[in-house]
Amino acid sequence: MRAIEPWVLGPLRSFVSESSARLALLMTTSGQVVAQHGFTGALDLMSAAALGAGIIASSSELAMQMDWPPFRIVAHQGEQFSHFLAWFESPRGRWVGLVVFGSETKLGVVQVYFDQLVEELVAAAPPEPVQKKEVLAADFERELNASLRALFGR
Amino acid sequence: MSKYAPLLEALTRLRGIRGAMVVEAADGLVVAESLMGGLKGTALAAMAANIATRATDLAGGAAVGAPRFVHLQATEGALLVAPAGSNLVLVAVASRDVPLGLLRLEMLRMAERLS
Repeated sequence: MRAIEPWVLGPLRSFVSESSARLALLMTTSGQVVAQHGFTGALDLMSAAALGAGIIASSSELAMQMDWPPFRIVAHQGEQFSHFLAWFESPRGRWVGLVVFGSETKLGVVQVYFDQLVEELVAAAPPEPVQKKEVLAADFERELNASLRALFGR
Repeated sequence: MSKYAPLLEALTRLRGIRGAMVVEAADGLVVAESLMGGLKGTALAAMAANIATRATDLAGGAAVGAPRFVHLQATEGALLVAPAGSNLVLVAVASRDVPLGLLRLEMLRMAERLS
């Protein structure tokens, strides 16, 4: 389990253990990974984050077209594995959680512990640094590499 | 009104029943509920369906067939779970002073109607 922001690790660890999730991924709505559990390759992780953020964006757009409030949760049920995808407001802005689970747990259980995860994240977040650094194009690659190192330890 | 509402109403009319729900067995999601304040339906549904699944695994392992009724006695009350066919689970939360025999009979009868 790895996280770019260390305060996320505690709540995510409890979530994974209590929900029996196989894979868990927290990301921003633009697909930037915040924390992950269970992913072994950078490519899989980045693809999952991009696809998850894309699904949330497209389902929100679909809801908007229907004049409905955006769907908070999207669940896909598979024969062996299912996935649960939900957005929530974190102290660092809107985040998305992607959870892959098998038959050892249930969608309802994942949902209950996911709500608990959100509450714990809100409680665990340290105050945000007052001065925000401007993101420059030159810093992007260095920050991306630093994020990958934090997430995969290399 | 859900087609399960009359059934749940009949169950919650019994003395000491704090709530009753029909839960989707595979996902642990609420199908219909009639709960008193303070009971969290989503959490209760998920955990009750999990208990039903584990009880089914356990009964299968012991070669005694499918469970018909699960009674979890706690210090302040009881959680009662009756699988209804392969898709649904009937759940009731009872306080301490409930005639459990009557409740059990009612739940088994209702579970049969649901399956």
